[in-house]
Amino acid sequence: MGKKQPKLREHIIEREWCKGCGICVHFCPKNVLELDEKEKAVVMRREDCICCMMCELRCPDFAIEVVVEN
Amino acid sequence: MSVKDYIRERFFPHIWCAGCGHGTVLNSMLRAIEDLGISKNEIVITSGIGCSSRIAGYADFHTFHTLHGRALAFATGVKMSAPELNLIVPMGDGDALAIGGNHFIHAARRNIDITALVMNNRIYGMTGGQLSPLSGCGTKGTTAPYTNIDNSFDTVELSIAAGASFVARTTTYHVKQITDLIKQAILHEGFSVVEILSQCPTYFGRKNNLGSAVDMLESFKKNTTPVGSNAKEKKPALIERGIFVQEERPEYCSEYEKIIEKAMGAGH
Repeated sequence: MGKKQPKLREHIIEREWCKGCGICVHFCPKNVLELDEKEKAVVMRREDCICCMMCELRCPDFAIEVVVEN
Repeated sequence: MSVKDYIRERFFPHIWCAGCGHGTVLNSMLRAIEDLGISKNEIVITSGIGCSSRIAGYADFHTFHTLHGRALAFATGVKMSAPELNLIVPMGDGDALAIGGNHFIHAARRNIDITALVMNNRIYGMTGGQLSPLSGCGTKGTTAPYTNIDNSFDTVELSIAAGASFVARTTTYHVKQITDLIKQAILHEGFSVVEILSQCPTYFGRKNNLGSAVDMLESFKKNTTPVGSNAKEKKPALIERGIFVQEERPEYCSEYEKIIEKAMGAGH
């Protein structure tokens, strides 16, 4: 039984709002995110995302949203 | 609804520095309100002055950006005139316990139904890194380049002593706990204090060699423990997280209502 694993639809990143603090990158348990050359969060390993939402919950800038399938 | 439905997007990106914990507190607070399903029109936020107080501009409720340290006095006025509204007062450590220290203890003493959030980053960020009553001995700031000799308040102990009937603490690392505690604080009928340890990498972090925002969050994880844990006995320096007081006590607006009835009755 157990709770059904949520399925990822997409990550929405507001590049204008991201300030490159790296909190989402560092605390992602699956190492999905990185900072690019402009110090903005980007998704590098989409398939590894387990939709734990911790990046979205911790982001101080409302810059990342994890959208899951209903 | 999504969390973005609760912010005023026209003011984003917000003014807070990269890695500032205050955005995380706002994020978690909005999720608490969303989870409780409270209508935007039933929430009033009053704030004072400082980095933390900018929340009043970003959150899309009835909001009131008022005087330094006086947010609780304004909240008291709003609550007494419209007790059906939910009052949330986000404050920084300086705003709440230095400039607003007197308002804070007396609001707690009255046990008026207000949710006070103390976003404790241990420094005055907006004005350039001056020390606050929560900086603590041995820390550095622009006003204490040779280290601080002032003892700090313990927000939790102070709130309990002053009479708050709901007192809790957590950190910006523990985001789900922030949401959970704010939910309980809003539902609690009486004066609720939630202290949230928040990181200021720009001033407190830099002046005290605490590293990046990520490093500061790691230290919140490492240096805190749930209330009543065994870890605290082994390592007394750990800071406890969780609910310290949650008691039903007569609430100020309800008691005032009784006085009104009594006074009206006395005339007949």
